[in-house]
Amino acid sequence: MTHLEQELTQLRSDLFEMWSLVLKQVKSSRDALINFDKDIAAEIRYKEKMVDAFELKLDRDCENLIALHTPVAVDLRLTLAVLKINTNLERIADFAKSIASFVLYCNKESLNPELLQVTQIRDIFDNAIDMLSETRKALKHENSKMAIQTFVKDDFLDEMNEKSTAIISEYIAKHPEESEEALTLYSIIKKLERIGDHCSNIAEEIVFYMDAKVLKHGGLDHED
Amino acid sequence: MIKIESKNVNLFYGDFQALKDVTMAVEENTVAALIGPSGCGKSTYLRLFNRMNDLINNIKIEGEVLVDGQDIYNKGINVDELRIKVGMVFQKPNPFPKSIYENVAYGLRVNGVNDKSFIEEKVITSLKHAALWKEVKDKLHKSAFELSGGQQQRLCIARALAISPSVVLMDEPASALDPISTAKIEELIHELKKEYTIVIVTHNMQQAARVSDYTAFFYLGELIEYGKTANIFTNPTNIHTQNYVTGRFG
Repeated sequence: MTHLEQELTQLRSDLFEMWSLVLKQVKSSRDALINFDKDIAAEIRYKEKMVDAFELKLDRDCENLIALHTPVAVDLRLTLAVLKINTNLERIADFAKSIASFVLYCNKESLNPELLQVTQIRDIFDNAIDMLSETRKALKHENSKMAIQTFVKDDFLDEMNEKSTAIISEYIAKHPEESEEALTLYSIIKKLERIGDHCSNIAEEIVFYMDAKVLKHGGLDHED
Repeated sequence: MIKIESKNVNLFYGDFQALKDVTMAVEENTVAALIGPSGCGKSTYLRLFNRMNDLINNIKIEGEVLVDGQDIYNKGINVDELRIKVGMVFQKPNPFPKSIYENVAYGLRVNGVNDKSFIEEKVITSLKHAALWKEVKDKLHKSAFELSGGQQQRLCIARALAISPSVVLMDEPASALDPISTAKIEELIHELKKEYTIVIVTHNMQQAARVSDYTAFFYLGELIEYGKTANIFTNPTNIHTQNYVTGRFG
């Protein structure tokens, strides 16, 4: 294995470690919200510092790799993809932290199960988590088709986000005393929808790395 | 517009086939880089275009080699005239044991130009084109050997430009130079392509990426891939090209 190959292998390995950490953060934010568990919420906020440190490390490693090894072709595409996936993962972790903060600082002991049910918040969470997990698997197996398949789950998140305005309005009309919690849940749905968008960005980066095709903004390939 | 091209060229050194069915065209006012591991045929291919290979015994060439649409291996081609049109710069700077001025004027004089003012104008223009004028304008009559390696190489480029070629072939022109001189040569290549068509052989992949518009990858005498440099270095279509540009073989 050449020196450059060793560096790229290490970079991939670090990215997967960051990915696992972020995945755990999002899963924990789901558990914290559904069970209103303040201990889990506190742990998420603590681990956020690790995510930030990881992001800085991966950024620096990519910068060094470009400066010292001048990667080209598939190596360059991998390095650029890692750089962008890293940014997307950090933002996803920010959303998990923000959900944890709500649980931690809310003066209630639990959320009304009816609110959780009508918003289908668990399904929304599970879809976002699946997207994050499946894109990771796609890169692990270097399978761009698997990455593209995750776009379907993003459509579901978009749909649920669109429906959420009417659902939350109706809920507030019925339970005006819970308007604050309902509005917070509304903003959490928006955050989960944004996690879906970030996962789509990640899937696009995997396709760029594997197939040298640009999918974002309608697409552009290297022949253009 | 295509400036130079080869069509189905095979070249043999005795029994050894150095080029295999190479078809490739270089557009006017572009830079084409030839890359590939040692012995892949890239320098042999470069030398086809001003018939430098003619000097080698026991050589056989098949196919067509065209400059401005004319097959330069046809009978009746004047090789001296061809080499005015197609200049060459070699790996090691090779100035003549003469003054800086006379080095640049040499090509004009051997081609029968005697007009002093014309020669002087050509010397100045060529030195300016070669980005050397500012450094040598006060010592034009000093020996060329007093110049640094990088300056000597730019002097050789000025010498090649003085006879007004339209194509310049460069065989690893910066491989014997320090990084500063290399950067100057690369800048120069970038400027020169406005007026000349340039083909450069280089072992330095990053140099090929920096200076050329098109890159050709040769391997074992075959042209494996030829395309826009940006594509060759971001998304080569052939696995051999990818392995070579990423340093996995060669």
